[in-house]
Amino acid sequence: MAIEVRIPTILRTYTDGEKAVSADGASLSALIDDLEAHHPGIKDRLVETKDADKGPELRRFVNVYLNDEDVRFIGGLTAELKDGDQVVVLPAVAGGAETRQRIR
Amino acid sequence: MLTIEQATYDAIVAHAKRDHPDEACGIVAGPEGSDRPERHVEMVNAAGSPTFYEFDSTDLFALYKEMDDRDEEPVVVYHSHTATEAYPSRTDIGLAQEPHAHYVLVSTREHGNNDGPVEFRSYRILDGEVTEEEVTVVDRLDPVRSA
Repeated sequence: MAIEVRIPTILRTYTDGEKAVSADGASLSALIDDLEAHHPGIKDRLVETKDADKGPELRRFVNVYLNDEDVRFIGGLTAELKDGDQVVVLPAVAGGAETRQRIR
Repeated sequence: MLTIEQATYDAIVAHAKRDHPDEACGIVAGPEGSDRPERHVEMVNAAGSPTFYEFDSTDLFALYKEMDDRDEEPVVVYHSHTATEAYPSRTDIGLAQEPHAHYVLVSTREHGNNDGPVEFRSYRILDGEVTEEEVTVVDRLDPVRSA
């Protein structure tokens, strides 16, 4: 099984500069674990555990798309993957004058 | 240093004034590695807020797909501050995730939707470090040198 994962500029330090890498996993969660096995450190940039009961979640300001669809609409980390799927990671483009702590 | 065409500069300022008091946001794309801000793309502020901006996730995907198809990257990422100075806030710094981009901030605090000068400043934001840079406005970007 091979799934192409497109890596944004800011995370290419984890992939030796590669724009796209291949990874395996039956779910997005498993895919991210497989990415981490080959590109240590990348998982922490994609997921976080804010609430121990809920477990890991995608980071608020990282967008992951499965075949052009934002995975938040199709199950998030539990989204199922199949051979030939394409996953795209894009950092959110966001900010603003607000100074209240809203980032994490 | 950011070198930008007068027409692009004017379009960014006009966008910021039009959307005031909400923050306006967008990019100027250019060929990958060229550092040439050539193609202005206004984005919708999905947050619709005077103190926060965020590209809609579907729009973001479409934008990056289009840039990818055209071998472009975001040379400039801009947004406005509508009540404060044109300097990156802690939020801006924490969320800056395009290491090659010039982050442009426009402040509309003085004249709002009306005519009048605005602050237009540019920064590099890398690993939480902000470096302001000079902005040079030109009539036309230099022609691309052919090989």
